[in-house]
Amino acid sequence: MIRQVEALLKKDILLEFRQKHTFYGILLYVAATIFVIYLSLPDSPDAQVWNSLFWVIQLFVCVNAVAKSFLQESKGRMLYFYTITSPIEFIIGKLVFNTLLMLLMSLISLSLFLLFLGNPTINILQFVGISLLGGIGISLVFTLMSAIAAKAQQNAALIAILGFPVILPQLMLLMRLSKAAFAEVFRDGALFQLVGLTILMDIFVIVLSIVLFPYLWKD
Amino acid sequence: MKKNWWKILSFLLLAYTIIAGFLLDVPHLPILNETIRNLYFHVCMWFGMMILFSISFVYSINYLRGFNYRNDIFATNFAAVGSLFGILGYLTGVLWVNVTWITDQNQSLGSVLKEPKLIGAAIALLIYGAYFVLRGSFNDIDKRARISAVYNIFAFAMLFPSIWIIPRIVGSLHPGSPGSDSGNPALDKKDLDDAMRIVFYPAVIGWTLLGVWIATIKIRIDIIKNKNIINE
Repeated sequence: MIRQVEALLKKDILLEFRQKHTFYGILLYVAATIFVIYLSLPDSPDAQVWNSLFWVIQLFVCVNAVAKSFLQESKGRMLYFYTITSPIEFIIGKLVFNTLLMLLMSLISLSLFLLFLGNPTINILQFVGISLLGGIGISLVFTLMSAIAAKAQQNAALIAILGFPVILPQLMLLMRLSKAAFAEVFRDGALFQLVGLTILMDIFVIVLSIVLFPYLWKD
Repeated sequence: MKKNWWKILSFLLLAYTIIAGFLLDVPHLPILNETIRNLYFHVCMWFGMMILFSISFVYSINYLRGFNYRNDIFATNFAAVGSLFGILGYLTGVLWVNVTWITDQNQSLGSVLKEPKLIGAAIALLIYGAYFVLRGSFNDIDKRARISAVYNIFAFAMLFPSIWIIPRIVGSLHPGSPGSDSGNPALDKKDLDDAMRIVFYPAVIGWTLLGVWIATIKIRIDIIKNKNIINE
């Protein structure tokens, strides 16, 4: 099973290297959005604005990065996967790949944010950790949403509609959490509680994806 | 007649709710005054909504177990009536907010909308809005039923953690939040006067039964419409 997941993951990564234009497309999307924000905001915005803009950008980057994970698979190729692998291995492969992709994107957009919009954080390492944690959570939810939307016709817009209400609480949690890196003092243990809650949500999403994906798989 | 007893019960309970709810004595509290009677309507809508969504969730699971199209009809219609209850819950809430938070406590509308309970309710309505948009984007009936059942299960399962988490993130004026030194207003013993309890509990049951009643009528219409594709 692990070897199958590995092979699927390798195939996705290889595809990403072969079709570099999609990867660069997302990269350009990130850079262009952040540049627009940089032009439309005064220099070095305050921490609150910085924080909320960062998470909104993360959300849209994820929608764009993860959306194609199921859309790019043509009908014939899905049929091929259907014969050689099980749905559980397939979805785990996709979840892992999208998480890795989103982790990379989080780091890139964070460094662009620091470059263009300055650094209002007190503890930058903590913020890096939180943004990686957030990237994982967002990518997991949108992987399943992309699998659902891929089955419908007008899929690109559908991902956002389906995913936003579901991701909203997690996003609020992350925005709250990231205030820790802006020198806001938390009660003892509250920070760990919030981090634990986020991780629990992630595990919950993984379990739900594994349980539900087999029903999306067949056509 | 034997099968219809609960419809009669629903009617009687709602008649009782309206008559007793408006005529019986209620505690006189500052700010709330007589608007406290809205409890019999506003809170019941949210109870009804959650119960109807839960029924819809169960039917979605049932659909995925056997792919019986009938279960899909049940799941959709319960979700639709649940959304209606959610909208009614908002409307009754707006009336209440108007005389308590906004006029008496000088809250702005913006801060009212950031109440955790309101966010939870908004998420619920957005989820079911998305559910119906998703349904609308399919032509194939079986595919529509299957995929929307998957979304219904996923979204409902995510809804509960959200309702549990959000109050820990934002502060609240709403009764029944951790910040407002009381538990759930409807269930905590010390929060609700006994005089209101004797109207409130029957009201919850009555409104929920009414919701189920509306849903069953819609389901029967849908089943007749799709008679040729449902194989018994």
